[in-house]
Amino acid sequence: MINVVRIIKKTKESHDTYTFDFELDVSAVPGQFVMVWVPGVDEVPMSLSKTGKIKSITVKGIGEATNAIHKMNEGDCLRIRGPYGNGFNLEGKKKILAVAGGVGAAALLPAIAETGCDTIIGARSDKEIILDGPVKKYVKNLWISTDDGSRGFHGNAVELAKEKIISGKYDLVIGCGPEIMLFFLHKACKELGVDCLLSLERHMKCGTGVCGCCVIDGERVCKDGPVFDSEQLDRLSDFGSRKRDECGCIINLR
Amino acid sequence: MVRMFKSGAGAVVTKSIGSEPRPGHANPTFTEVGCGYVNAMGLPNPGIDLFEAEVGMASAEGPVVGSVFGGDEKEFAYLASKMEEYGAVAVELNLSCPHAAGYGAEIGSVPEMITSVVSEVKSSVDIPVWAKLTPNTDSVPALGRAAERGGADALVAINTLKAMVICPELRKPVLSNKFGGLSGPGVKPVGVRAVYDLYNAVDIPIIGVGGITDWRDAVEYVMAGASAFQIGSAVGTVGTEIFDKVNKGVSAFMDEQGFGSVKDMVGVAHD
Repeated sequence: MINVVRIIKKTKESHDTYTFDFELDVSAVPGQFVMVWVPGVDEVPMSLSKTGKIKSITVKGIGEATNAIHKMNEGDCLRIRGPYGNGFNLEGKKKILAVAGGVGAAALLPAIAETGCDTIIGARSDKEIILDGPVKKYVKNLWISTDDGSRGFHGNAVELAKEKIISGKYDLVIGCGPEIMLFFLHKACKELGVDCLLSLERHMKCGTGVCGCCVIDGERVCKDGPVFDSEQLDRLSDFGSRKRDECGCIINLR
Repeated sequence: MVRMFKSGAGAVVTKSIGSEPRPGHANPTFTEVGCGYVNAMGLPNPGIDLFEAEVGMASAEGPVVGSVFGGDEKEFAYLASKMEEYGAVAVELNLSCPHAAGYGAEIGSVPEMITSVVSEVKSSVDIPVWAKLTPNTDSVPALGRAAERGGADALVAINTLKAMVICPELRKPVLSNKFGGLSGPGVKPVGVRAVYDLYNAVDIPIIGVGGITDWRDAVEYVMAGASAFQIGSAVGTVGTEIFDKVNKGVSAFMDEQGFGSVKDMVGVAHD
């Protein structure tokens, strides 16, 4: 589905991250994404950070396309395709822990808003922490971790998640962030015997499951994902280790 | 590819592979329209050398047809022989991509070039050689006859139709390449007609492709003259289960209508 929407609000989340709100009255599930056209530059997948009638994308400036989006203002038009992907299936889960790494918090925010679940937001340092303000409105427990100890728990989000899982009796962990973090989060969940749903990222082109660009083993991240469960993650040999570039060449992640 | 076999595909055709890794066009490379998709991927591929492992893995699960694109006869022949070496059961020559400068339809719109490319490839490989044709021409049968003259073992019709999408609010074409190719349900009647015309024009088998979304579409292609058919866009719109669904639908139709074999249905729409 294609829509041209107008930006109704631009919010600064951190030194390098903005949220853009727009009205788009189509149904969307937490964890779904849209393809955002940046004319003359690129078209990029962006997780929805709000999924109601007012939707939003939260954009960290990491390259040409995201920096071009940052220059947009209230009143400007965006052409977006989607929502795409499966999103988080939270049905029947009673106690959820959300674990976000950096801008990954954006993809988790709708699920956090819907469930009010306990949340960990981790980042390299205090100034990289985003969306803690909005999250705080929905949840009782929000914990922050920073690699450099500038705020909250001194260490990474996975270490903190392990502590919380042990003491918290969760029946599901949801996560989004750098793949290396998700790899260890998945490992930790397995060791501690709790299910997880993690949102992955790959270079995308079509967004609809046709072109094969974002395939991990046999799974299309754009269509079968971006959210995968523990059992799927077990089977994905590329998870945490390899990805395809825009040519389709396989690149080692570490 | 492995997943498509598991979903019921009898064979898989690779994305078109060239000599070197190629990123294709910048995004947007793809957009939905009312009757299908318009894409200008621009032939992204990891290059023939890195593709050996992928053909190997897929071939373990079923027959793989290697699609290749070259800038001249020699390049096509080289790529085809590599595909043969890797284990492809046939090679499909992309003589029809509508949106890559120097490749595809730029070669495949000229009958003499088709004959020349096909015959060079034929002299380099022992596996069957299929020529995939463009519909963006005044006569698809003329292109089909040119491929047959070059010794093609089968024809594949059709590739996408030249197309463009403009965003009114932003006042410019959406695709970075400006134009692309239309696939999906909108092109099916064009494809069926091309196959029908080719069936009258050549003696070699035809493989129908373009907009097949259910078993009825597949049967249309077969009745027009196709011995087999390919599915692409519906993997997105319907899902990977499309192959299984079409197989079951075609089988049920054949049982009901008393067709013992797909062969008995090929070309029955002709007088």
